[in-house]
Amino acid sequence: MALLEVSHLDVRFALRQGEVRALRDVSFTLDRGERLGIVGESGAGKSVAAFTILNLIAKPGYIAGGSILFEGRDLTRLKPRALQNIRGNQISMIFQDPMMTLNPVLTVGEQMIECLKAHRRIRSREAREIALNKLRQVYIPSPEKRLDQYPHELSGGMRQRIIIAIALLLDPDIIVADEPTTALDVTIQAEIMSLLLELCEKHNVALILITHDLGVVSQVTQRTLVMYAGRVIEQGPTREIINDAQHPYTQGLINALPQMASPGSRLNQIPGAMPPLAKTPPGCAFHPRCGFSTDAAGQRRRDCREDVPAFVTSGNCHVACHMVRELVERDPVEPGEAS
Amino acid sequence: MSNATTTTPPTHWARFRDSYLFYSFKHDWIAQVCFVIFVIMVSAALLAPWLASINPYDLSQVFILDSELPPFWIDGSDAKYPLGTDALGRDMLSTILYGARVSLIIGFGAVILQALIGVTFGLLAGYLGGRVDAFLMRLADIQLSFSTLMVAIIVGAVFKATFGGATYSEHAVLLLVLIIGLAEWPQYARTVRASVLAERSKEYVDAARVMGFRAKRIMFRHILPNTLSPIFVISTVQIANAIISEAALSFLGLGMPETQPSLGSLIKSGFDYLQSGSWWITLLPGAVLVVLVLVINLLGDWLRDVMNPRLYKG
Amino acid sequence: MIQTLQQPTAAATVTTTDETLVEIRGLEKHFALSGDFLEQLRFQRGKLVRRQEFVHAINGVDIDVKRGEALCVVGESGCGKSTVARMVMGLLSPTRGEIRYAGERIDHLSPRQLLPYRRRMQMIFQNPYASLNPRMTIQQTLEEPLRFHHPDWSRERIRQQVAEVMASVGIDPEWGKRFGHEFSGGQRQRIAIARALAVDPEFIVADEPISALDVSIQAQVLNLMMDAQESRQLTYLFITHDLAVVEHFGTRVVVMYLGRVCEVAETHTLFSQPRHPYTQALLSAIPRLEDDRPEYIRLSGEVPTPVNLPSGCVFHGRCPHANERCRREVPRAIPIGHGAQVACHAVEEGRL
Repeated sequence: MALLEVSHLDVRFALRQGEVRALRDVSFTLDRGERLGIVGESGAGKSVAAFTILNLIAKPGYIAGGSILFEGRDLTRLKPRALQNIRGNQISMIFQDPMMTLNPVLTVGEQMIECLKAHRRIRSREAREIALNKLRQVYIPSPEKRLDQYPHELSGGMRQRIIIAIALLLDPDIIVADEPTTALDVTIQAEIMSLLLELCEKHNVALILITHDLGVVSQVTQRTLVMYAGRVIEQGPTREIINDAQHPYTQGLINALPQMASPGSRLNQIPGAMPPLAKTPPGCAFHPRCGFSTDAAGQRRRDCREDVPAFVTSGNCHVACHMVRELVERDPVEPGEAS
Repeated sequence: MSNATTTTPPTHWARFRDSYLFYSFKHDWIAQVCFVIFVIMVSAALLAPWLASINPYDLSQVFILDSELPPFWIDGSDAKYPLGTDALGRDMLSTILYGARVSLIIGFGAVILQALIGVTFGLLAGYLGGRVDAFLMRLADIQLSFSTLMVAIIVGAVFKATFGGATYSEHAVLLLVLIIGLAEWPQYARTVRASVLAERSKEYVDAARVMGFRAKRIMFRHILPNTLSPIFVISTVQIANAIISEAALSFLGLGMPETQPSLGSLIKSGFDYLQSGSWWITLLPGAVLVVLVLVINLLGDWLRDVMNPRLYKG
Repeated sequence: MIQTLQQPTAAATVTTTDETLVEIRGLEKHFALSGDFLEQLRFQRGKLVRRQEFVHAINGVDIDVKRGEALCVVGESGCGKSTVARMVMGLLSPTRGEIRYAGERIDHLSPRQLLPYRRRMQMIFQNPYASLNPRMTIQQTLEEPLRFHHPDWSRERIRQQVAEVMASVGIDPEWGKRFGHEFSGGQRQRIAIARALAVDPEFIVADEPISALDVSIQAQVLNLMMDAQESRQLTYLFITHDLAVVEHFGTRVVVMYLGRVCEVAETHTLFSQPRHPYTQALLSAIPRLEDDRPEYIRLSGEVPTPVNLPSGCVFHGRCPHANERCRREVPRAIPIGHGAQVACHAVEEGRL
């Protein structure tokens, strides 16, 4: 049984303009110790997905359907208290802005000890010992000193390390990291990512990494989920998606990277922009921007315009695209052959 | 290239109808009630010369024999005077209408003056910074350390001593507008300066500077329109404050003379008769003042909630 | 009409000449950290002393921008790359040093004297959500600069010029009556580019123009900027932290660290043979798509604060090759062939 099993998740926001569907029919699983990347542009629903896993969706948002099974328990139906327990203990979260987690008026040590004592019955001295130990694990120089410092006295990279130490504090099973390095410089980003990777491997912690950066995903994760306009459109092993993406959007996203074109030449851009969630087109949400949704006569294909594509299996990937379905049906690929 | 932007742009009315301002007004009954009361009070006050049965300034229309008649729900009232009469025999309803008119004129006039001075100084201080900023803000601090009452007492006394009581009565409205306007401009200056500082760091101001536009153009054409929301919000508070200041001054005998009463001087003139049982002379204008100020303040609260940039982006 | 707007010297292709368009020499910028006079007073050993602290944002920078090239300035946050851009555009005045545009010194000019240069040099900003005036329509935003710089032009001519610019950046003329907030980030950045191009400049400073945009939109905006460079013979000073973009877009690259220039080289040379240890570390840290990720060079410590600059080479605290000389002596930029320069003692001594 998978550690986390999200199925048919449907999240909506009741706004004054009407109801906006932020997540539609999102399903995925996460095994113990697995590292999963969720990729998408801003507004694709990847952060909503992260918040929903911890059932942190606040009004006006709500979960309209689907389930989130964690070790067989449905997080959408748990009482706040039980949920609170899971959140700190077994699933922890790393935000983009470290100051969202750190309280500016408490020292690093006070926050870590408080967190430990809230979830476990231990003495302050023991808690301090554990906190010190975790700070050492994230390679913070002179950890004793850091425990008595306030968050604002630390640099951005140091703060994000402390956030990771706090996330590891209670030895969780899953860490959900929402754009953990977007606000950081490249050299610091590389350090934090390799640290996160090392710790997850060492402690067998599962990681859900939410990012817009395909380079980061390709270096850290084993499996990738690509989201567009609130839906998962492709998922599969990261290497396969990076090297041989099936969905036209994923292909476009990868080909648009400057690395993929020879210097000085035009980049392969995707026309248009992702529609706002309130204006998601019917059928395949990507069809207005898709180069493959037109038929030989130059008309938009009817199925792309009207039907939401179902997932088809191509190689080890699951892809939601009418064109890929046709290709697969015409020329079936045995699962596993592509890997 | 465009998603859903190829349709024709909406008209001004359509923009307003779809705006958050209008939406929240439709969903807030307190704001609606306040707005209705405010509009009724303002229009009644402005139309006083046509609505009132007598002109309280014109002594020939006043019958001293009808003095101290109670309002209609008390025995001994006269149908001619629905809200009774005061000690001089003036119709209470008419005097209140005229009084509210004077109060509102002074309130709005003073706020316009405050806004003119305060917005200009705030823009200059916030945009130019440095010494100009330091000088204007210290000036504001000094101004705030004089209370409105103190300024009014001194200016009023000097004016009366120089030009005599008759001239004073003639120009009392103008003088009160000047006093209250000059005393409270720092509120505007501070608010505007704070939002100018926030706007100045935005890139559209840099873009305007890179275009070579002169400081005056950037201040008034680019920054000022973007600081209108806070100006709007404090204006409501300031109008209420100005009306209260005027009432307080008049109550102390430093404001409007009894011959052209404002709400404040009406309250004062009735105060002596409170003991003798004619409570309506002072309490009715008092109630009108309270309702007027309350309604303006509630509208201001609603406006502040709506225009709070944290809640409302756009 | 359209012909008259084009540069008379227009050549068919973009060619980088050796002519220096912008010349930056010995540029320094210090920001006072401790407020006004009263706040600077401190008690020290029973005496009242005045102490002023400065952020040393730029500490002696020399940069040449050649006509027709896209010069990229890269570095991490706090390295001073945006400050250089803002000083070139006259949004900040330098503490020391000179900036020359086409041979004329421009850093000490009054706003009025700068006016003729405003038409020739323009700027594109990072945040498309803040760079458009929320209270102006797109048409007003685009017309205002033209009205200002060409008071003699008729309404008709201004409108025509705006229409032409809108078409060249792919803006629907229908957008004119709308306000900035009705558009997506990519569309707003197009409008901001149109505003810069409206006055027909020859030099554009772009301060992180695509870092606030989504990946698929970044490609659109970069393409647009490259098209504009080709059709209008533009010269770019492109500020960014994204090395992948630099590799694609830049003719030459300037690498900055803590207010100083570490290395200047042609893009290809820099990416294939980085010489400065900081450039090497920076390049190794780019997240790449390839399967075989090269081991990145782990830098010890963090970027020091620009308030108390380290002595000698600003990078010595994190450099794996630093020695006594690096801690003591500020390295000079030395030419290393192909027009490249590097400021590093280790490279100079042949240790690296």
